[in-house]
Amino acid sequence: MAYVAIADREAELHEPKTFIGKYIWSQDHKVIAIQYSLIAIGVGLVALVLSGMMRLQLAFPNEFAFIDPHNYYQFVTMHGMIMVIYLLTALFLGGFGNYLIPLMCGARDMVFPYMNMLSVWVYLLSVIILMASFFVPGGPTGAGWTLYPPQAIMEGTPGSDGGIVLMLVSLVVFIVAFTMGGLNYVTTVLQARCRGMTLMRMPLSVWGIFIATILGLLAFPALLVSGIMMAFDKLLGTSFFMPAMISVGEPNAYDGGTPVLFQHLFWFFGHPEVYIVALPAFGMVSDILSAHARKNIFGYRMMVWAIVAIGALSFVVWAHHMYVSGMNPYFGFFFATTTLIIAVPTAIKVYNWVLTLWQGNIRLTVPMLFAIGFIFTFTHGGLTGLFLGNVAVDMPLSDTYFVVGHFHMVMGVSPVLVLMAAIYHWYPKVTGRMLDETLGKLHFWLTFLGTYSIYLPMHYLGFLGVPRRYFATGVTEFIPESVQSVNVGITVAALIVAAVQVVFLFNLFWSYFRGKPAGHNPWECTTLEWQTPQTPPVHGNWGKELPVVYRWAYDYSVPGAVDDFIPQNKPNDETTGEPHETGDAEGLHS
Amino acid sequence: MAQEELSPDGTAVALRDGWDGVVADWSADKQAFSVPWGKAMMWIFLLSDTFIFSCFLTGYMTVRISTTEPWPIPSEVFALNLFGQDIPLILIAIMTFILISSSGTMAMAVNFGYARERKKVAILMVITALFGASFVGMQVFEWSKLIEEGVRPWSNPMGAAQFGSSFFMITGFHGLHVSVGVIYLLTVAFKVNRGDYEERGYEIVEITGLYWHFVDLVWVFIFALFYLW
Repeated sequence: MAYVAIADREAELHEPKTFIGKYIWSQDHKVIAIQYSLIAIGVGLVALVLSGMMRLQLAFPNEFAFIDPHNYYQFVTMHGMIMVIYLLTALFLGGFGNYLIPLMCGARDMVFPYMNMLSVWVYLLSVIILMASFFVPGGPTGAGWTLYPPQAIMEGTPGSDGGIVLMLVSLVVFIVAFTMGGLNYVTTVLQARCRGMTLMRMPLSVWGIFIATILGLLAFPALLVSGIMMAFDKLLGTSFFMPAMISVGEPNAYDGGTPVLFQHLFWFFGHPEVYIVALPAFGMVSDILSAHARKNIFGYRMMVWAIVAIGALSFVVWAHHMYVSGMNPYFGFFFATTTLIIAVPTAIKVYNWVLTLWQGNIRLTVPMLFAIGFIFTFTHGGLTGLFLGNVAVDMPLSDTYFVVGHFHMVMGVSPVLVLMAAIYHWYPKVTGRMLDETLGKLHFWLTFLGTYSIYLPMHYLGFLGVPRRYFATGVTEFIPESVQSVNVGITVAALIVAAVQVVFLFNLFWSYFRGKPAGHNPWECTTLEWQTPQTPPVHGNWGKELPVVYRWAYDYSVPGAVDDFIPQNKPNDETTGEPHETGDAEGLHS
Repeated sequence: MAQEELSPDGTAVALRDGWDGVVADWSADKQAFSVPWGKAMMWIFLLSDTFIFSCFLTGYMTVRISTTEPWPIPSEVFALNLFGQDIPLILIAIMTFILISSSGTMAMAVNFGYARERKKVAILMVITALFGASFVGMQVFEWSKLIEEGVRPWSNPMGAAQFGSSFFMITGFHGLHVSVGVIYLLTVAFKVNRGDYEERGYEIVEITGLYWHFVDLVWVFIFALFYLW
C-alpha cells in the first residue's frame, strides 16, 4: 500500500452528527478512552470499598455483623479481580492506550474505529456481568482472585453456584473486548504513525502500551482457555481440573483431573498480566519524569529494549507463583533463574529514571510528585520481589502478609501512582482545564505516605508468619498480640487513603467546570499530543494536515535552543539548537 | 546513549547494509508491514488465536497423560463400518481431505480477486463455504455417532472421562471457527458479487483467506494430536 496512506484515511473517518453519535456510540478514540476510563474508575471504586471492608474486619474482628467469613472471601476475590483486570488493565490500555496512541503517533484515530467502539461496550457488558454476581443467590465467588480449582467450584466455597459462573463468563467477555481493542492498538502503532515518526522516536508511553498490548493478546488466551475449561467442569461436570476427592464424607462426581494444569494456564496469563499493568506505567512515568525534569530521558534506547526484554521474559517466569504448589524442583530452579534475570532490565529502567532526574531542572508539579513517588514504591516492591523469586525464601513467606505487601507495592500502589500522575499530567489536554494544585498535593502526600503506612508493616507481619487470606487469626502461639495493634494502624491508614481519593474525585469533577484554563501545552511538553491545533483535540485530531515529526520525543533543555523544549513537529531550521536524533536517520522515507 | 546526528537539512540518507539496514528499515516512519491495515490486524489476531488453540491442545495433552483411566484407541473409536468392514479414521480422512480442498478453492479465489474477476471470486468463495459447511455437517454426524455410543463430556464408557471432555471441547471450538468462517465467507462472497470492492480492491478476499487457511492449519494439528496419537 502506498506510503501516503499512513495514518490518514480521512474518507473512512465517520463524522458524528448527533449527540448519541458523538458521546454514546462514538467511534472517536478520545471519547472511547474517556468511556473506558470512567467505567474503569467506577468499578475500581467498588473494589476500593471492598478493600475497606476487609481492613475493617482485620482490625476489628467480629465487630461488624455484615462481615462474616463468606463475605470476607468474596470481598478479597472481587477486590483482587476488579483491581487487576477491570481497573488497571482497562484504564491503562483501554483508557490511556486509546487516548494516547493516535495522538502521540500522529494518527487521526485508531485504524478500525468501529471495532474500537465495540470494544468499550463489550467491556461494559463484562463489568455488568461481574457486578450482577453480587445479586445472585450465594453472591459473588469467594475463591480468591486466582480462582484455583478444586475449591473454586466446590460446594462450601462462597459463590460456588452462580458467582463463579458469572465471574468466568465476565472474564471471557472481557477478553473479547480486550482483543478487539488490543488489535487496534497494535495495528495503529505499527501501521499508522505519521511522517517522521520512526519506532525509535516514539514516546516511551506508546512503547509501553504497545508491548503491553502484545503481551495481552498472547496471555489472555490462556485465561480464556482455563476459564472455558473450568466453566465446563462446573456446568457440564467434565474433569479437566477436578480430581476425584472425598468432600464432606462423600466422593465427588469428578475423576482424574489435574488442578495444577489450571495453575499453569492461569499464571501463564497471570504473570504477563503483571507486566500488562506495569509496562504502560513504565512508559508513562518515563515521559512524565522527563517532561517535568526538563531533561531528556536517560538512555532512551535502553529504555525501549528493556521494555521489549521484560515483555519477552515475562512469558517464561510464570511458575514462580507456584513454588508451593508441588512442582518438580528443577522447575523451581529454572523459574527462579528467569525471575532473577528479569530484574536486570527492570533495574536498568529504575537507574535510568533516577539518572533522568539527576541535575534536571525539576518542577515539583503534582504529576512529578506522583512520578517520583512511583520510583520509591516500585524500587521497594521490586526489591521484595527478589526475596520471593528465590524458591527457598519464597516457601516460608508465600502464604504470609509479606506477599500481600510485595505485590501491592509493586503492582498495586506503583501503577496507581502512575495512573494518578498520568491523570494530573494529561487532564489539561483532555478537558482544557488544570486540576487544582493544592488539592492535588494534599492528595499526593496523603496517598503516598498512607500507602507506605499500609504496606510497609505488612512485610513485618509476613516475617512474623501472619498468614494471608485468613478471616481472623484468633489466638495462636506464634502471633504476638501486638500484631492486632499493627492491623488497627494499617486499617486506619487504609481508610484515610480511601477517603482522600474522594478529594481526588472532587478535584476531577470541580476542575472540569471551574479549573484554571490550561492553554494548549501547560507543561511545555515536546510530544505530539500537546501540539494539536485545538485543546481538547477535536474529531480527526489534526485538522487538515497531519503533523510531521522531525525529532525524538525528548528534546528538553537543548543547549542553544530558544525555548527549553522543542516539540517533535518543529523543523530543525526553526530552532537554533542542535537537533537530537536517536539513530535511524537513515530510515526516514521522506 | 546512541545518538546520531541527522543530516542538517533533515533529508534521508541511503539505507545501511546488513542487519542495521533491516532494523532501520523496519523501524522507519512508514507502515511496519507493507500490507493493508486489515491484513496486518488479521495476522495479529491469528497469532492470538494460535495461543488459544495451543492452550487447548496443551491442556488436552496434560489431562491425557495425567488421567489414570485408559485412553480409548482413536483408530477404533473413530472407525466407520462401511461395506461390512471397519475402516479406521475413514470419516476423519474425508473431513480432512474436504477441508484441505477448501483451502485450495480459497487460494484460487484470492488469485482471481487480484485478477479482478469478481464472478469467479464469488463462486469460488461459495464453493469454499460449501466445503466448510459439509465439514461441519460431518462433524455433527461424528458427534452424534459418539453420543449414541455413550460418550459424554463428563463420562466415557471406553475409559477416561477426559476423552469425551477434550474431544467435544476442542473439536467444538474448532467447529465454531469453521462455522464462523462459513458465515464470513458467504458475507464477503455476497459483497464481492455485488461489486462492493471494485474501487477499494480485493484485499478483503485475501484477509478472509488468511482466516480460512488458519482454521485449516489448526485442524491439521488437532488431527495429528487427537486422532493419530
